[in-house]
Amino acid sequence: MTVPGPDTDTVLADAVRHEVGPVVAALHRLTGDFDVAEEAVQDALVSAVAAWRRDGPPPNPGAWLTLAARRKAVDRLRREAARGRLAAAVAATRVEAAGPPDRSTDWSDTDERVAMLFGCCHPALAVEARLALTLRSVAGLTTEQVARTFLVPEATLAQRIVRAKRKIVATGIRMEVPDTRVPERLDDVLTVVYLTYNAGFVDAASRGLAQDAVWLAEVLTTGLPREPEAWGLLALLTLQQSRAAARFGPNGALVLLADQDRARWDHPAIARAERYLERAAVWRRPGRFQLQAAIAACHASAPTYAETDWLQILTLYDLLLRHDRSPVVRLNRAVALAECMGPEPALREVDALAGQLDAYHLWHATRADLLRRLGRMEAATDANRRALDLAAIPAERALLRDRLGT
Amino acid sequence: MKYVLMYSNRPDLDAAVPEERRAEVYGQIFQWFETHASAFTDAGAELQGPETATTVRTGDNGSPVVVDGPFSEAKEAIGGFSVIDVENLDAALDLARSWPSLGFPGIAVEVRPIVEHRMD
Repeated sequence: MTVPGPDTDTVLADAVRHEVGPVVAALHRLTGDFDVAEEAVQDALVSAVAAWRRDGPPPNPGAWLTLAARRKAVDRLRREAARGRLAAAVAATRVEAAGPPDRSTDWSDTDERVAMLFGCCHPALAVEARLALTLRSVAGLTTEQVARTFLVPEATLAQRIVRAKRKIVATGIRMEVPDTRVPERLDDVLTVVYLTYNAGFVDAASRGLAQDAVWLAEVLTTGLPREPEAWGLLALLTLQQSRAAARFGPNGALVLLADQDRARWDHPAIARAERYLERAAVWRRPGRFQLQAAIAACHASAPTYAETDWLQILTLYDLLLRHDRSPVVRLNRAVALAECMGPEPALREVDALAGQLDAYHLWHATRADLLRRLGRMEAATDANRRALDLAAIPAERALLRDRLGT
Repeated sequence: MKYVLMYSNRPDLDAAVPEERRAEVYGQIFQWFETHASAFTDAGAELQGPETATTVRTGDNGSPVVVDGPFSEAKEAIGGFSVIDVENLDAALDLARSWPSLGFPGIAVEVRPIVEHRMD
């Protein structure tokens, strides 16, 4: 019997999102070996994808995964003869987890996921490795899915993960919330979640990833409710997600903010995001995610593009620059500057970034728009062409092709 | 867990540091070792400069040859190392971060876990 189709996959994605983190954490605790725990859950996931697509999802997906992962862990440990005793111990533990999930443990589940996020996003790991590990071990994507997301061959990605896990085990990186430098380490974690969202943001096909990122941000605010930047990130992602339905045109091309149908925005989500921002503001510790969220909230509350409070946005960008001096922030500030002061001063700002952003398609696209507004059509076309040469995402390419009329 | 801290420097840049500044930093370094004494094992040393190094490597005919100079031609050199025993990587990195010479150009601390041979 074959039961394929999106429904099974939705159940799978949902179960995986909610169960994989706790299962890896529980096995990690049991075996004391992150590598074995993580690989065992990965093995279980691969089995789950096959079995659930074939037979439909089981009534209790979490228990199914726990049991399968435990068996795989025992298999793995048995293969390593020196650890025979540990394998026996794992095999002997009772499988209470296979019963209905105990909702009273939700709190510790959240804590464990947060702990794993901190471990997987440790600054001693390369950024690509942090992303890959987080998606696999916490969000529960398979190696193949992660590889597809980052457009790298599966073998390359598998290698990246193996190397990262070896480093975790060899260097004594702990799967725990650190005692010191929490804001700094949290920033690394939030960055990975933000990058995850961006990987799923512009591409209609990988929107599941965007939802995973929102979910990870929720997990962080639940586990660390006193960290304003965690709330800031959740607010930011919720706001970006609230525009998801208006972001793509009928031909799959990206629709820019100015041209989006605001009636299609998710207004309850916008209200929710505003509450998250209020929660963050209580701590009076602004940071780059809160400020970006505040900028997004300004856009979200404007009834039309023309009625946007650009002066407020420009002020927020000035504050944001104190936390994040990256050229991309300066580029975005220039867009607000154009709305407040006109395209000429904005173009001067944008041109000053040429050395740093020449390889960035949105630098050329922003320049093209400013040049067009200054009536320099030929230069605008050249800049749009350059942007199209550099753009990789289909939805962005479609928009640029529309602009070029090709 | 045990880690090695390798203190690297740039001898060419160090040569430009005035003598009294050097003495001052040495004072800070002694103080630093004292403050963190519980983390350090007995193993460790400050090394004389790379101009004193002699390297033995396999020659073209497969037998060892002795050559003047350090094993690497990089500008960075290892100025010394310590073996530390601390809770985890975060503790090791915190220690490395507080290395008093880090304010000078070209200074870095590499942190590496050591291989611990298990007897079971």
